[in-house]
Amino acid sequence: MDSALATLRLMAAEPSFALAQALTGLASASSLFLVAAGLSIVFGVTRVVNFAHGSFFMVGAYLAVTAIGWLGGGAAGFWGGVVVAVLGVGLLGVLVEVAILRRLYAAPELFQLLATFGVVLVIQDGALFLWGPEDLLGPRAPGLRGAVEIFGQRIPTYDLFLIAVGPVVLVLLWLAFRRTRWGVLVRAATADREMTAALGVDERRLFTGVFALGALLAGLGGALQVPRETANLHMDLNVIAEAFVVVVVGGMGSVVGAYLAALVIGVVHAFGILLFPKLTLVLVFLIMAVVLVIRPAGLLGERGAASRQGAPEAPLRPASARLRWTAAALFAALLALPAVAGGYVLVLAVDVAILALFAASLHLLLGPGGMISFGHAAYFGIGAYGAGLAWKWLAAPMVLGLAVAPLAAGIAGAAFGWLCARASGVYLAMLTLAYAQIAWSVAAQWLAVTGGDNGVLGLWPAPWAASPAAYYYLSLVLCGGGILALRLLVHAPFGQFLRAGRDAPRRAEALGVAVGAQQWLAFIVAGAFAGLAGGLFAYAKGSVFPTYLAIPRSVDGLVMVLLGGVQSLSGPVVGALAYVGLADELARGVALWRLVLGAAIIVLAVAFRRGLAGAVGDAAARP
Amino acid sequence: MTLLAVDGIARSFGATVAVDGVSFGVAAGERVAMIGPNGAGKTTCFNLINGQIAPDRGRVAIDGRDTTGRSPRALQRLGVGRTFQISQVFASLTVRENVQAALVAGQGRALSPWPPLRRREAAAADRLLDQVGLAGEAERGAAALAYGDAKRLELAMVLGQGPRLLLMDEPTAGMGIDERHALMELVSGVVRGRGVGLLFTEHDMDVVFGHADRIVVLHRGRVIAAGTPAAVRADPAVREVYLGAEAPPCA
Repeated sequence: MDSALATLRLMAAEPSFALAQALTGLASASSLFLVAAGLSIVFGVTRVVNFAHGSFFMVGAYLAVTAIGWLGGGAAGFWGGVVVAVLGVGLLGVLVEVAILRRLYAAPELFQLLATFGVVLVIQDGALFLWGPEDLLGPRAPGLRGAVEIFGQRIPTYDLFLIAVGPVVLVLLWLAFRRTRWGVLVRAATADREMTAALGVDERRLFTGVFALGALLAGLGGALQVPRETANLHMDLNVIAEAFVVVVVGGMGSVVGAYLAALVIGVVHAFGILLFPKLTLVLVFLIMAVVLVIRPAGLLGERGAASRQGAPEAPLRPASARLRWTAAALFAALLALPAVAGGYVLVLAVDVAILALFAASLHLLLGPGGMISFGHAAYFGIGAYGAGLAWKWLAAPMVLGLAVAPLAAGIAGAAFGWLCARASGVYLAMLTLAYAQIAWSVAAQWLAVTGGDNGVLGLWPAPWAASPAAYYYLSLVLCGGGILALRLLVHAPFGQFLRAGRDAPRRAEALGVAVGAQQWLAFIVAGAFAGLAGGLFAYAKGSVFPTYLAIPRSVDGLVMVLLGGVQSLSGPVVGALAYVGLADELARGVALWRLVLGAAIIVLAVAFRRGLAGAVGDAAARP
Repeated sequence: MTLLAVDGIARSFGATVAVDGVSFGVAAGERVAMIGPNGAGKTTCFNLINGQIAPDRGRVAIDGRDTTGRSPRALQRLGVGRTFQISQVFASLTVRENVQAALVAGQGRALSPWPPLRRREAAAADRLLDQVGLAGEAERGAAALAYGDAKRLELAMVLGQGPRLLLMDEPTAGMGIDERHALMELVSGVVRGRGVGLLFTEHDMDVVFGHADRIVVLHRGRVIAAGTPAAVRADPAVREVYLGAEAPPCA
């Protein structure tokens, strides 16, 4: 805070300093705009939120470094390299659209998000394989290496060039959309996709073209970033999180909105780094939260399209005798496990139990609630930190820590859910992702309390639960009990009205049901159970790290639920089992495990939307 | 005493005046139909009364209590039950569970965590399903119902909450002719038997003139006639709107 005040005083005394900072912000706004504009155009036409858009940005940067290297120095080499990179990324975009997205246009949003996240993983390992783990330093732009003096401040010439790129691209896009036949078709498809198709426009080619354009823009953004920062493997998720914010703040599908929002975010970011260096991410996401609460469709966005739910779920049936016996037999077998299995198997079994509870809590929101939570790791991590910090600062014993975990996560669920219950569909997905990122950045950056990336270490179970077998039984009871409680809740009026409110919200309201309150409560309950899972995980591993709240952990949860099947209550358990097995095998046996996992996610989202439990159920239902 | 009193409600959308000072009433035990050509303001008027949208001016009262601009949820607590033009049922619940849900919601127990919904009010739900002729469908998923059956299920749900005022937006749209009259007979029985007030809109004039005690005719957002079916049938203003000024008086 003191440093923030000092910075403010400095800017007041020296306005040109503030100007320089603003120009830096505008320069970063340009590349952010290039990425966000592509994301927004693609969403407007295809209604797909492309998680892999940041990966195109990253590949653009890597390709530019390589291509400039091949073509040699000089202006021709540099700009030729940029062109090669942009075209290469465009080609990659076409490949992704034709091979994967084309099969997903009619699917619920969740599967589109997941499939494109699978592409993120595949490209991440692809880049690692091709370019190695080291950051690549690119050349500076010939002719733009110097600096210009403005009011006594030295501004890099390249920054001024970038500041100009944004409006130029904006105008070019505007001309393309207003003055070409192709642009008219794109706008028509954005306004009414069905009607445009009914008028005989070839949707496939249009969609491929739009996706390629989006990829080109992201590639250009990445390639132009080369003189400013090194090409590295974190660019994809870093830029996609900010691009989401820009697109949501600007309004999905609005290019001008994206430009305005990119300016706001870029400048806020530039000043935020000076004023609150630890909390820049929080600042950016707070802007997004405020805009979404005031204008749910963003600055220039139209009201969001209705979300697609897919085929209606079958009614819930009470557990059949066979299911009850299977569950009882499984439970008996699990009780006997420590007698026959070694420590390693027990540790793995604890992981499965914890992740099954985590997945089951997420399932409450995804399935019965019909709400896409893309940041469920927030509650898991907040639970883990609740236990960890209670121990670190209050020397709380394990039992107390395990009570604090669901309490803290439930409170977080109440806070986030209150805002989230106002949004739906992809906006809800992005909001939940944003909140998870806030929680993550607080955990990673608030060194004094959380220990930052070093985490909380040395957490240990109480003596009575310290042996692998004892901790296994504790996890089994708590996780099994939690999963059972969630199952009962879904069959109770609470869960049935959650499903009812998802099916026909106006009917539910007219019957006197407060659908929003019901969904809010679901966030609290799901948060609390995820928090309990997180608390157990903290004691199982003896440590808490910011990665517990990061995007990949949220995706773990989604993959487990989808592996098991969204429309199946036993799905999360089956999913957790399959996932831990798969991940364990992969992590031990395969070098490029992200690539395999990503490919598995893509196949799951494209071909097995009803999950393993759904597929098994189908097989069992066949005569 | 007037159950529903609508007093001078109006609502514009931009420059378009959809409803322009409409007043009428519905008494307990009375069936009132609201009719008018397309674009007359029926749907807007209906949505002003059921709380879907708020009027620019005017007042809606139920039992003398001002309910202008109250939410659908608040109106439900005052005893208003409604069905939708395109029937809205809970597709992923069974037919019986749909009615059970309505009964449980009527008791204010939608958040209850135990016991399961399927074990609550099953007998009462079955009686209601029997009443609307859906007894054989109780175990099916509501998503599988035929269109007319979904409308009847919706009616069973609403009746289960024991409403004092029924608002039905095109209750028989999409049904066969026999089905239409059977459904309206059923509703009429409830209106007479329990002293419920009924306001409905309808395109089928056979249904309107056969099952309404009074008819309110809207045209361009205003009431141009109101009264018994016979009076409305003979009203020159109505004849002009529906038949045109030049039409012979014998049609």
